[in-house]
Amino acid sequence: MQEKKIICTVCPIGCTIAVKGEGGKILSIEGHTCKRGEEYSANEFLHPVRILTSTVRLKGSDMPLMPVRSNKPLPRESLFDCMEEIKKTEAKVPVRCMDVIIKDILGTGIDIVATGNAE
Amino acid sequence: MHNIQCDVAIIGGGPAGLAAAVSAKKQGAQKVLIIERDTALGGILQQCIHPGFGLTYYNEELTGPEYYGRFIKQAESLGIESLLDTMVLEVQPTGKIICVNSKYGITYVDAKSVVLAMGCRERTRANIQIPGTRPAGIYTAGAAQRLINRQNEMVGREIVILGSGDIGMIMARRLTLEGAHVVAVVEIMNYLAGLTRNRVQCLDDYDIPLLLSHTVTRIVGNERVEGVYVAQVDENKRPIGETEEFYPCDTLLLSVGLIPENELSRATDIEISAVTNGPVVNQFMQTSNPAVFACGNVVHVNDLVDNVTLESEIAGREAARYAMGSFPQVKRRISLETGNNVRYLCPHLLDIADMDEQITLYFRVLAPEHNVTITAKSGDAVLYKKKAVKVNPGEMEHVTFKTSEIPASSDCVRVDVTKEV
Amino acid sequence: MLKTDVLIIGAGASGCAIARELSKYQLDVMVADKNEDVGGDASKSNSAIIHTGYDASPGTLESQLVVAANPMYDKLSEDLEIPFERVGAILPAITDEQFEKLPSIKEKAFKNRVYDVEYKTAEQLLKMEPNLNPEVKGGLYIPRESIIDPFLLVVALAENAQENGVSFLLSTKVTGLKIEGDRIAGAETTAGPIEAKYVINAAGLYCDEIAHMAGKDDYYVNPRKGQFYILDKNTSCKVEHIVLPIPTKLTKGKLMCPTIHGNMLVGPTAEDLTDKVDKSTTREGLDSIETDVRKLIPKVNLRDSITQYCGLRPNRNPEGLHVDTYDDVKNYVNLSGIRSTGLTGSVALGKYVAQTLIDIGMKAPFKTNFIEKRKNIPCFHKLSRNDQNLLIKQNPLYGKVICRCETITEGEIVEAIHRPIPARSVDAVKRRLRAGMGRCQGGFCGPRVIDILARELNIPVTEVNKNNKGSYMIAGKVR
Repeated sequence: MQEKKIICTVCPIGCTIAVKGEGGKILSIEGHTCKRGEEYSANEFLHPVRILTSTVRLKGSDMPLMPVRSNKPLPRESLFDCMEEIKKTEAKVPVRCMDVIIKDILGTGIDIVATGNAE
Repeated sequence: MHNIQCDVAIIGGGPAGLAAAVSAKKQGAQKVLIIERDTALGGILQQCIHPGFGLTYYNEELTGPEYYGRFIKQAESLGIESLLDTMVLEVQPTGKIICVNSKYGITYVDAKSVVLAMGCRERTRANIQIPGTRPAGIYTAGAAQRLINRQNEMVGREIVILGSGDIGMIMARRLTLEGAHVVAVVEIMNYLAGLTRNRVQCLDDYDIPLLLSHTVTRIVGNERVEGVYVAQVDENKRPIGETEEFYPCDTLLLSVGLIPENELSRATDIEISAVTNGPVVNQFMQTSNPAVFACGNVVHVNDLVDNVTLESEIAGREAARYAMGSFPQVKRRISLETGNNVRYLCPHLLDIADMDEQITLYFRVLAPEHNVTITAKSGDAVLYKKKAVKVNPGEMEHVTFKTSEIPASSDCVRVDVTKEV
Repeated sequence: MLKTDVLIIGAGASGCAIARELSKYQLDVMVADKNEDVGGDASKSNSAIIHTGYDASPGTLESQLVVAANPMYDKLSEDLEIPFERVGAILPAITDEQFEKLPSIKEKAFKNRVYDVEYKTAEQLLKMEPNLNPEVKGGLYIPRESIIDPFLLVVALAENAQENGVSFLLSTKVTGLKIEGDRIAGAETTAGPIEAKYVINAAGLYCDEIAHMAGKDDYYVNPRKGQFYILDKNTSCKVEHIVLPIPTKLTKGKLMCPTIHGNMLVGPTAEDLTDKVDKSTTREGLDSIETDVRKLIPKVNLRDSITQYCGLRPNRNPEGLHVDTYDDVKNYVNLSGIRSTGLTGSVALGKYVAQTLIDIGMKAPFKTNFIEKRKNIPCFHKLSRNDQNLLIKQNPLYGKVICRCETITEGEIVEAIHRPIPARSVDAVKRRLRAGMGRCQGGFCGPRVIDILARELNIPVTEVNKNNKGSYMIAGKVR
């Protein structure tokens, strides 16, 4: 049985929510003050996800880097592995915002897309 | 000399300047010119590659580049002009702007109204007088962010961050993801300076220790930083000598506050607030010089760019009206008073015209508090009342009311944050 | 194998002044310094004051040099384009006890042949300095006490010396002296051996270590630390003159004065150290400055400080400024005990050492083609708008402002990097141009200066240093 104390980030109150779970199932959630917090802490407990933002090397421009983001939140455990992929990747001008730079990174179904523009 | 004529000139092409420009054009100003010292528009958001922008304005979570990208698109389609790579040297009391760039040399800009949107600079190591040596490896968090995200340059490998403001925490995450080791985030107050979500996603996620009620007491290292001494502080924020510990590191990042960059403003003789270090403005974001408006961090340091956008839209709109000669005639001035636990209010005063206006006053509290009631009162009238579970200086609050609600006999509105008994 | 007539060890104010003076003769002169730039140690961390010598020890060599040097600065600053101003100093007596000391201070000034020291009443002093402690009882006015840009003084002396044929070997540490029989023959350095007919020890903080290499151990250097505050140009409480405290035996005391660029300078402390490397500011030291200066200028606002720094005076033990020659190590000139008046006295010292060399037998005719003047890098922000525009038309890089606080352009930075004595580090650029000396202390310009240095020197950005070797700014590329 696992217990985690999760600080909810949905609203400025920042309730500390205690979540108990086992084998991929939630057993109890305590300390939340709204439904959004309940949902957030459950997700955070079972599969915490994070938007990853970083930069890739940009070729053909005065700017050396192109800022990128994951178009959806990635599993938190995968962030450093995703970083390794990002480090290996280069983008070439022209780049438009939302252009896919890495498709389906590490088989997550999530793309790394550009957030800026470069001619 | 190169001469440019325009209706509204905006100094600064960051989020504040961009929003003001778009708003000014939409209001009907013909020629709107942004003067920007960087090589591209976007301001500080160019280096803010992380998400957290647009939560309220667009109801989406965008990164910095995505956020300002939308404004640039609007600016382009509206025909807003910009002078890039151009530094403003002087804003004369008449509103005439003297700027310089490599292409045109010294350039005079004659505008009917001016919007100040220069943003802010960072508080330095020397401002907070940290004793010790002056080696390489001491950077303010913003400068480090620029180096990493725009210049492709890593500042160091073993980092101590002083200050738990948002930018310090964001940099903690950024540096960690790029392979550096963030030894600790040190915060002199006994509470987090920035948003809780950043503590979770930038520090807790990476097991970066947060040392509250601590400060850096000395920097060690001759050529390059070799480490810092960190000590606990007492209630008066004075270091407790016996608690001093040495933290080896090669880099010290400082996230110890932002200061509105008003050197140009001061020279124009507009009134500057001693509390915010920014121009005193009314609800039109107009300064004490009627042709000069101001918005964004140059007025007061904001946490959310969304609020900057709203303020700047007002500034742009009103600057346009002024330029077009359709600025409302002011009938009455209402002073604003900071009541209990209120550090400052922005705008600083209200110049009431004939129409009924929706007013939003932004403010910060002096100290964190739980279970409070926020009120705005004028004479006997209660213009606004709302309960809040938690308030803290790191998160901007606001009150809203209509000018018609202010009693005719009153010339003051007072905002209080009182603890529920 | 490097060969020269005169080898000067140390490129601080003394070394560079001697170099400039010797470059007037038909001589081969070399200056070696372990640092990567000219400027020395104490010469680049002081109160930037050109003293009159009013309070020196009468009859000493130090007194003679300072008193002789002070009047030279009007012409020197014009010839070499060094910012300099005779702001004058006041010496206010706040207590009755201090007031009683004034006659003896004036008398000492006279003994030092500084005759233009005047009494001023409290009323007169308060008119001169409205921010002075209103309890002032009276004081002295020393009109020729002046302020200068200390960095440009040394750079200008060096550049002019270089233009007149002197070679500068920087990042070159002297590791030993070569003595053949009873005379000096040269030095061993990290850049190899240098054969020299004459060797001058102008190594300041390290002059005792060089002296030791010559077999001379009759003194040692004990560094005396001085901590300083620099205040924002917009600080609420300013002074127009150098405001001096009544001096004590140990130090001139903690003063407040304007800098030539419009900041306020407050300090220094005087703390004896054994460590020549400890250049750290301390809480106690900085606080002591506040305590003392408040007695003179009660409203001084140290919260407006934009930087604090530390200098080490190369104090000699036993005390006293010495220019020594020896019979058993001929043609070797040892300079020691150059302390607070080192910056000021340098130009007179240069002439004194040149004469000393002649006295010990150096024969060299004067040059007929000595270049007396030196042109500074164009200072964009000081020019009229018209002249700024013309400059940009000639070189568009002057239209790109890099240092926002001090309005320094890329044109000036690139020029500094390519001068004959080049700025090769962030601090070298800072000292020559003030980029990074403003209120944001390099927060804005720093990242840009790093890239400009890498580009202009054609080196990877990881090799751009703050100052000496090891002070890397960037740890590596991100991608």
